[in-house]
Amino acid sequence: MDNHYSIYICGVGGQGIIKTSTIIGEAAMNQGLEVVMSEIHGMSQRGGSVSTELKIGGYTSSIIPKQGADMLLSFEPVETIRGLDKVNSETKIVYNTHPIIPSSTDKPYPSVDSITKTLKENFKHVLPIDGTKLAMDAGSVLSLNMVLLGAVTADDNFPLSKESVIDAMKNNLKPKFHEMNLKAIESGYNSIKS
Amino acid sequence: MNLKELVTGVSGEKQFLLGNEAAVRGVIEAGVSIAATYPGTPSSEIGNVLSVLAKDANIYFEFSTNEKVAMEVAATAAASGLRSFTFMKHVGMNVAADSFMTTAYSGVNGGMVILSADDPSLFSSQNEQDTRNYARLANVPILEPSNCQEVKDMVKYAFDLSEQFNLPVIVRTTTRVSHMRGVVEFGDVKDNSSNNDNHWKRGHFNKDPSKYVPVPAFAGDMHVRLWDKIHKIEDLTNKSEYNHEVVLTDDKKYGIISSSSAYNYAHDVVKFNDLDINILKLGFSYPFPQEKVAEFLKDLDEVFIVEEVDPIIERDTLSTIGAKKLDVTVHGKLDETFPLYHEFNSDVVADGLNKILNFKQDSEVKFSDSLEKLTQDIPSRAPVLCAGCPHRAMYYGINKAIDELGLKTSDVVFASDIGCYTLGINPPYNAADYLLSMGSSVGDGCGFSVSTDQKVASFIGDSTFFHSGVSPLINAVHNKHNFVLTVLDNRITAMTGGQPNPGIPVDGMGDEAPEISIRKLAVACGCDYVRVINPFNLEQVVKTYKEAFERDDTAVIISKAPCTLIKGLTKKPPVEFIESNCNNCDKCVSELACPAISKINGKITVDKSQCDGCNVCIQVCKYGALEAGR
Repeated sequence: MDNHYSIYICGVGGQGIIKTSTIIGEAAMNQGLEVVMSEIHGMSQRGGSVSTELKIGGYTSSIIPKQGADMLLSFEPVETIRGLDKVNSETKIVYNTHPIIPSSTDKPYPSVDSITKTLKENFKHVLPIDGTKLAMDAGSVLSLNMVLLGAVTADDNFPLSKESVIDAMKNNLKPKFHEMNLKAIESGYNSIKS
Repeated sequence: MNLKELVTGVSGEKQFLLGNEAAVRGVIEAGVSIAATYPGTPSSEIGNVLSVLAKDANIYFEFSTNEKVAMEVAATAAASGLRSFTFMKHVGMNVAADSFMTTAYSGVNGGMVILSADDPSLFSSQNEQDTRNYARLANVPILEPSNCQEVKDMVKYAFDLSEQFNLPVIVRTTTRVSHMRGVVEFGDVKDNSSNNDNHWKRGHFNKDPSKYVPVPAFAGDMHVRLWDKIHKIEDLTNKSEYNHEVVLTDDKKYGIISSSSAYNYAHDVVKFNDLDINILKLGFSYPFPQEKVAEFLKDLDEVFIVEEVDPIIERDTLSTIGAKKLDVTVHGKLDETFPLYHEFNSDVVADGLNKILNFKQDSEVKFSDSLEKLTQDIPSRAPVLCAGCPHRAMYYGINKAIDELGLKTSDVVFASDIGCYTLGINPPYNAADYLLSMGSSVGDGCGFSVSTDQKVASFIGDSTFFHSGVSPLINAVHNKHNFVLTVLDNRITAMTGGQPNPGIPVDGMGDEAPEISIRKLAVACGCDYVRVINPFNLEQVVKTYKEAFERDDTAVIISKAPCTLIKGLTKKPPVEFIESNCNNCDKCVSELACPAISKINGKITVDKSQCDGCNVCIQVCKYGALEAGR
């Protein structure tokens, strides 16, 4: 199953998850790879949990089977936990450590440290990053998705080049944000590589 | 990608498209002149994109008041010799059905295609109905794309098919096809240049009552002609390349018949588990290709039918086996190999196949106890009304009015409707007790008011009111029903992504349009009590509800304030939280449930990045802990 790569991307509505996924998909297409992706629209967007699934290389279905993801990319700590169905022992788990507290009051929000601790006890590749801070350093919290995009490209098994991802970013986002987004992609990339 | 490339893109070009964008490219390649819809997820993005591209693509496009009107616009365009396209979510077909059923009898002249998007697992719908039943009910051919390329190709092909047999054609997608993104290679674009001063081509309606007017004298013959067409099309489905065998093995013991998104899962399960099974993929599934299916079945011992929602291919396969006297065991939904409800995925399909084939090894990772506990202990994150949403203020206000009138919650029935405001079902609002369909809140108000002694509060949005709320309001007044109807006029069709509706002065192509007044409509329907209020003024909201509940007729309250998601609105600054004044009464959290206010570590916290400055919380706080921002 070489050259197959599945990414499950999750977070909260409004964090730029669909755009991030589309950029990766377009980059894959431009590199001549087969790629399919699934997104959720509609009711799920009103501040609810959002996820996309992206599968590169020879897949017909755009839904990742249970424990089938090579990468879990989460924009929010608790959403990482909600995405664990797709994770196996080899999956890279990259997540932003900045919480978005839901307005639901059914259960208290767990501490991010306890989430990280539990994940590290259970999985080999747990990579928390303070993406929100890196995004603000790059110029705006809105570049969080670019930080996380950079983090994905840093995975050794990721089948796309950083250059093609950057080209696809430029094709999808406004030129006036390119400089900030490049900075965000680099900082996300370096946070994983270092 | 720039959306304009859907118009300017040339044959051979490849783009990474959403299924719904691929449908638009198909429409453009087919040279469509007239398109109409009522927005409904998962089909909504088709309209959003057409709305932007219509003029560049020589297409007249409208957001019709409802799906039935959209169907009629498309049907008459096709009768006038133009290619026409209408699209909707699956339940929209119910609204359009009355006219749709007769288009099958009268037929078309220019090609007419109906795209209906099903929603297995109800991501944003009230039911899981299967559009394939409508193809059989009306006797109309149906195509079932599995991926974005097929969406584009099948939409385009459907127009040729429609013109070849003078029949409308359905293209059925599912959420996972409409909202799949994939690589689409473009084809040639058929010329649809305008022949007049408008940007779209005009046709001509050639009168022929025996074809277009289904009075009993003519309709009987129409039905005969319809069956004649369907028999001819069945020859075509037996030969169509859209119904083809995907050969993965020489083994002939087991087979799969599948369609739509379910095919994708079946394919990947077979491929990645190296199963010795071939798949008959049905992309052109009605009229049922009985000869092709029989040919596939004849060497098999057992066949799996992998289809989402209703066991339709399964029943047709069973009838094929009976008619052809074949000896094949069928595994599908009817023998509980696969579930009868909810969408499939690779895991569901693998579990079903495994019941017979026993190929799966139990390799599931078991979570440790600490991780298992963590997965149980995380807070839910359901969709909520946005910060600054005018609906929140109305729901807070009506509950307060009910309380001040000395009524119990059980004394008031909330008849809800389809839109963001259905989220009022959640606590603390608890403002949705009964719901059937678009516009049903008004008819339900009529029914509850004569069936019970409870008060009735019906809630409907502006777009939904235009869709199907007006005629039941006439019923309410004429039949002297007693309830309070709230029209939540947020100046947009919000839930489906912000489309215009007749209440705002813009049409589906961005041009100026007459604005229809909801207040005048309510007055014209005969309502004596019609009040237009500002939902962010809680005192006015509560006072108005108290007045309305005291009446014994149909009272109409129109809450008029724009959806906070409308771009370009002037926003007020976020509220200021004065911690020293806070008494920790929690009313702002527990009674408003605004996403901008939460209680973290025992302290009220206002998230200024989310606060929209609606200032409703300021009116709720008795201690002056919340102040208007400056």
